[in-house]
Amino acid sequence: MASNVIYGINGPVVTVRNTVDFSMQEMVFVGGDRLIGEVIGISSEYTTIQVYENTTGLKPGEPVYSTSSPMSVTLGPGILSSIFDGIERPLLEIEKNTGAFITRGNTASKLDESKKWKIHMTLKPGDEISPGQIYATCQETDSIEHRCMLSPSLPAGRVTSVSGDSEYTINDTVLEYTDKSGGIHKLTLCQEWPIRVPRPIKGRLELTTPLITGQRIIDSMLPIAKGGAASIPGGFGTGKTMTQHQLAKWCDADIIIYVGCGERGNEMTQVLEEFSDLTDPRTGRLLFDRTVLIANTSNMPVAAREASIYTGITLAEYYRDMGYDVAMMADSTSRWAEALREISGRLEEMPAEEGFPAYLPSRLSAFYERAGMAETLGGSRGSINVIGGVSPQGSDFSEPVTQNTKRFTRVFWALDKALAYARHYPAINWMTSYSEYSGDLARWYEENINPEFMDLRAQMLAVLREEDSLMEIVKLIGADVLPDNQKLIIEIGKVIRVGFLQQNAYHAEDTYVPLNKQFLMMKTIMHLYKRCSELVSAGMPIGLMTDTGLFEKLTKMKYDIKNDEPEKFDEYIADIDKTMDALISDR
Amino acid sequence: MIIEHVGLSEIKGSLIVLDGVEDASFEEIVKINLGDGTSRMGRIVQIDGQRVVIQVFEGTVGISLTNTRSVFTAHPMELAMSPEMFGRIFNGVGEPADGMGDIFPKVRRDINGSPINPVSRVYPRNYINTGISSIDVLTTLIRGQKLPIFSGSGMCHNELAAQIVRQARLTGADSDEFAIVFAAMGVKNDVADFFRRSFESSGVLNHTVMFLNLANDPIIERILTPRCALTAAEYLAYDLGKHVLVVMTDLTSYAEAVREFSSSKGEIPGRKGFPSYLYSDLASLYERAGMIKTSSGSVTQIPILTMPNDDITHPVPDLTGYITEGQIVLDRALEGKGIYPPVNVLPSLSRLMKDGIGAKYTRDDHVDLANQLYSSYAKVNDARSLASVIGEDELSETDKKYMEFGNKFEQIFLNQSHTENRSIDMSLDMGWEVLSTLPRSELDRIDDKLLDKRYKGGKS
Repeated sequence: MASNVIYGINGPVVTVRNTVDFSMQEMVFVGGDRLIGEVIGISSEYTTIQVYENTTGLKPGEPVYSTSSPMSVTLGPGILSSIFDGIERPLLEIEKNTGAFITRGNTASKLDESKKWKIHMTLKPGDEISPGQIYATCQETDSIEHRCMLSPSLPAGRVTSVSGDSEYTINDTVLEYTDKSGGIHKLTLCQEWPIRVPRPIKGRLELTTPLITGQRIIDSMLPIAKGGAASIPGGFGTGKTMTQHQLAKWCDADIIIYVGCGERGNEMTQVLEEFSDLTDPRTGRLLFDRTVLIANTSNMPVAAREASIYTGITLAEYYRDMGYDVAMMADSTSRWAEALREISGRLEEMPAEEGFPAYLPSRLSAFYERAGMAETLGGSRGSINVIGGVSPQGSDFSEPVTQNTKRFTRVFWALDKALAYARHYPAINWMTSYSEYSGDLARWYEENINPEFMDLRAQMLAVLREEDSLMEIVKLIGADVLPDNQKLIIEIGKVIRVGFLQQNAYHAEDTYVPLNKQFLMMKTIMHLYKRCSELVSAGMPIGLMTDTGLFEKLTKMKYDIKNDEPEKFDEYIADIDKTMDALISDR
Repeated sequence: MIIEHVGLSEIKGSLIVLDGVEDASFEEIVKINLGDGTSRMGRIVQIDGQRVVIQVFEGTVGISLTNTRSVFTAHPMELAMSPEMFGRIFNGVGEPADGMGDIFPKVRRDINGSPINPVSRVYPRNYINTGISSIDVLTTLIRGQKLPIFSGSGMCHNELAAQIVRQARLTGADSDEFAIVFAAMGVKNDVADFFRRSFESSGVLNHTVMFLNLANDPIIERILTPRCALTAAEYLAYDLGKHVLVVMTDLTSYAEAVREFSSSKGEIPGRKGFPSYLYSDLASLYERAGMIKTSSGSVTQIPILTMPNDDITHPVPDLTGYITEGQIVLDRALEGKGIYPPVNVLPSLSRLMKDGIGAKYTRDDHVDLANQLYSSYAKVNDARSLASVIGEDELSETDKKYMEFGNKFEQIFLNQSHTENRSIDMSLDMGWEVLSTLPRSELDRIDDKLLDKRYKGGKS
């Protein structure tokens, strides 16, 4: 192919003049160092390329090579327990090649090509094979079985030959089949998939099970369904990253894809270190066995930051197609939107709101719609949760990224500065946050945890709402002037806020709380409320009740009752009854 | 053979345009010789075929379309470095500015640096004792952290930074491997002089490298100043194994230089006229803090920025807060009360402290104490605003206690003199002392065992 050469360079954007060799979104290699780039614009005169690496030192006249294929990731065994950059290059390999600092033109292969996997073949010659069908399996990590599927881009056909169960590398041919028009296809253990194209599914399913996270304010108050999308907006220092880490650690998905998009390097190191040590409370295996990290820190090239979100969701879809529940954390989607804006600015596109390109909402919605509960092509069920952090400029939730994200996610966990200042973590504001899934999931909670669950939740929310409006008065005139029944709301509200909603991520018992304990905590608190309000309406002064020490006791029960001691709650309830009965008889 | 390009095609602000250039590379350094024998430096910021846009560091005053001869150096901006740099003063682009001649370079490095591979980082855990209670107890500084000071014009951020530098003590045996890199961007001459004197008086001057781009120096050079300083810091840390504390002031001036440069290039402005890549640009500075596996050294950053109009939502503090690992926010109202350092602890935060404190590093009660101080002090504000409505006398007993706690916290715990160097034990004990003003039942963040041991107040 004749020489295409660089014409202009402006930051990460490179142009090539007078060529018809390129197609949109095609992956290209730029310059003598073969920097990875992607075609993002074509006009009759110029082809515009965004380069995923630092362009310092590039010269006009250096070659640009076409690959004739779109930006793709390699999908196959070896993805789990790895840490990649924004375009699926393994950072550990890069470290081996270039040391502690990332230099340009790294050509490390995406997955380990020399590792041999112990493969079990699930098809035999003569079998039909269709897209999405599993033809080989292997144990990728201790907890996850990898299932190699026929790529949805290949036609169906009939298997002609199969290798025996043995050890293979990802590039070994393990199966051959012939399609209806007689074409012969050889399958290895891996496949390529373009990152900007959603992998097809047979159909979407209703969302009926919650993603259980062990975080009280989420599971009990603002639940998210498996297959749902959630956003966590919050200014700096409100604990966005911390909340994402907690979810990544404890949620009951099979696979976690954690995308650090334009965030801090030290945070990725922390995730890496912590996850390599922690064990999954359900399986007892290392958390890292089910985790993939994608790290594009804020000082890594901006174009790769834009791609990292798509790389993450494509990996998520691949594991969903195997029939797993996948949760993807994107921290933070604002950095991705800003990368879009930066590239758009370099292309001199007409800006819309706050300089963001006009296609921001459509890109955001297309991304969040890749979440969902699906019937896969292979016939199994799999789901993807997308939990996107949002970093609003100036902590102002009316900015475009927060607003547009809000439109396309059904759970909104708004982090609050005032709560964070008071070190109330997780700083999710229970008044401004919402979950549209709570209705859909009500049945699950009632059938699997307790029939009273949703009822108690509603009561608790009512108390919190009333407390919130009372606090307006208290701020103006103090709590002393309130009547006793309102004082009781304030006192119970405090128990709920401090004893229930606040959760200590560094406390061994409190960092993950099973749903049953969450329910019993709610029940105990609301029992105290019920008994106290009976006494208050009978005219007993509230002071007598607060002096019993029960309120403090309930505030601390999250620490005092271990996760595996549900029977202790009966003692607490008995204690409440006994104390209250004693108050009545004293009168 | 060196090709000189005679003349220019266009001059626009600090940018010049040359046509007919072959073989120019992106971000290459260009030397522009003027007719009068002086020369200036520039950097290629855009290439379109044979048309090259160059940003001139010292400005374009006196440049005409005909009086220049430009030479392309074929390499990006590099900094010459050697261990002789200690005690020396450089200008904003890394040239010696103290009249003591060039240094004999051991290495030359691209000042843009390269990103640290996240898998090669070491997660920072060792705390730095600064002797300042508000920082040590509530926003602990960790080696390898980037912890900015958010301040306002006319406040005492410089004194605070100087005190941190003077008193910073590393825990562990390698405390003599300590070095300071100081970068001044657009600050006044007396501020730079203040820092030099305070380094001198505390005897750290011969461990210090200074890069000065003062208020009257060319603005475009300001974009390079922190990059030179951080390149030097990385060399000292990762090549020579030093623990480097980088003090950079003032990042707001830096960001304004970036804005000026961006608008002269005709780029589409984002918020408050700052270019949309300001986040990536600031990150390319802040992310150069850290520790790596292959070296014993570390780079810790204390950037100082003044918030225009004390507005923490201004793009510069806002974006900084999203990149750095916490922030120390100074407050004008506290300074008005005569409190030094006037640290407003509520918005202040150190993200890395949780892993660098506690029994292993400071003391077992540190975590709970810090949480309780934060949460109690947050309630003081409610009590105060209530008092301003209904009067202090009408407050409930508990609220009165909170008022008392708030005052003690500010006057005893926060307030200390410029020379006072408190040990961590002393700071923690003072924390307990002021906390004991409150009734025990209000302390909901601390478990009973710890309260039994440390709480000094009455029964309830």
